Amino acid sequence: MHEFGLAQNLLNTILEQSQERGFSRVHGITMRIGKMSGVVEDAFSFAFESLAEGTLAEGAKLSIEDVPIRCYCTDCGTEFECAEWSYRCPTCNGISTELRSGQEMDLVSMEIS
Amino acid sequence: MCGYCGCSQTEPTAHGHGHHDHEHGHDHDHGHEHETIRFEQSLLAKNDKLAERNRGFFLGRGIAAVNIVSSPGSGKTALLERTVSDIGGDTRVAVIVGDLATDNDAARLKKHGTPAVQITTGTVCHLDAHMVLHALEQLDTHGLQILFIENVGNLVCPSSFDLGEDRRVVMMSVTEGEDKPLKYPTMFHGADLVIVNKSDIAEAVEFHRDTALANIREMAPRADILEVSAKTGAGMDAWYAWLKKLSETKSAAAR
Ligand SMILES: Nc1nc2c(ncn2[C@@H]2O[C@H](COP(=O)(O)OP(=O)(O)O)[C@@H](O)[C@H]2O)c(=O)[nH]1
Ligand SMILES: [Mg+2]
Ligand SMILES: [Zn+2]
Ligand SMILES: [Zn+2]
Ligand SMILES: [Zn+2]
Repeated sequence: MHEFGLAQNLLNTILEQSQERGFSRVHGITMRIGKMSGVVEDAFSFAFESLAEGTLAEGAKLSIEDVPIRCYCTDCGTEFECAEWSYRCPTCNGISTELRSGQEMDLVSMEIS
Repeated sequence: MCGYCGCSQTEPTAHGHGHHDHEHGHDHDHGHEHETIRFEQSLLAKNDKLAERNRGFFLGRGIAAVNIVSSPGSGKTALLERTVSDIGGDTRVAVIVGDLATDNDAARLKKHGTPAVQITTGTVCHLDAHMVLHALEQLDTHGLQILFIENVGNLVCPSSFDLGEDRRVVMMSVTEGEDKPLKYPTMFHGADLVIVNKSDIAEAVEFHRDTALANIREMAPRADILEVSAKTGAGMDAWYAWLKKLSETKSAAAR
């Protein structure tokens, strides 16, 4: 829903970095997006492509690594992937209260020149 | 506009390359060196930084900040209207309320003598820490004990935006279906408290209470659950007790 705002954040970060580090072209961007972040990847890519037009990131290839939702069971210490939105521990059937990953919306690297 | 959070500098920068540069285009064969730079930065880094600032502000003043989210029409404003009129005499409360448009909700709350600031977000479907920071500038926060933040009616993206609050309250009403928590897992997982509102019409709409409560427990394992009617006042005492406990903990920490 707010993919445009997030894509704008990404573009702003790129523009800031280009001034700080002195590059003039961005060819590729790698992001890590958690399954629980709420980001719809297609909408995000579309928003970014539109916003990047006419900037140093126009046409940059956006690669997105998915991060699964991993939970930690505080009852028995099992770490597991929350499949189908169930937080139930496969070992003891308790309900996990701790998330270990899945909420990421991180910029990981950029290919520049 | 504000040196406090540097927001004038974060306005979108249009870095046009102009027509001529365009011809240069994105061409991989013209011999320049590509280099990969690595860094780890969340797209929400700025929001998170400002949320920490808000949190520090609340901590320093002993203010308990409660972020309330729900679908449009679940009864957030109705709950707050009753709350401020019931406890506003003994407790210093204020409300920041977000909507896409209109200041109707702030007007409803001000009728009860409560300081209320409306944030109209335009097309933005959630509140962020920056909006809250500026809304706080419009409130007299001296002696304030509880700050309610009514978020934009939306169960999707407000879950990503930390406002610096102490507690996140997710509200659903009995007309929205027992499977609401299953449909919005991210939002429910982040809840500290789930309020089920409109209990007065539960029977009329054939609300399956047991199923709903089981679904809430499954998806919001950390949360307390309260059932209320903002209309009749049923169940509201438990909500006030929850708030009182939070406020006492917070003000004790500030001393
Ligand atoms: N029957 C009943 N209606 C309610 C209750 N709480 C709110 N409403 C009604 O639900 C509608 C939406 O309420 P409002 O507070 O504006 O919802 P918000 O969008 O979440 O702020 C209004 O018509 C309210 O009168 C309740 O406890 N019972
Ligand atoms: Mg409202
Ligand atoms: Zn377990
Ligand atoms: Zn600002
Ligand atoms: Zn949003």
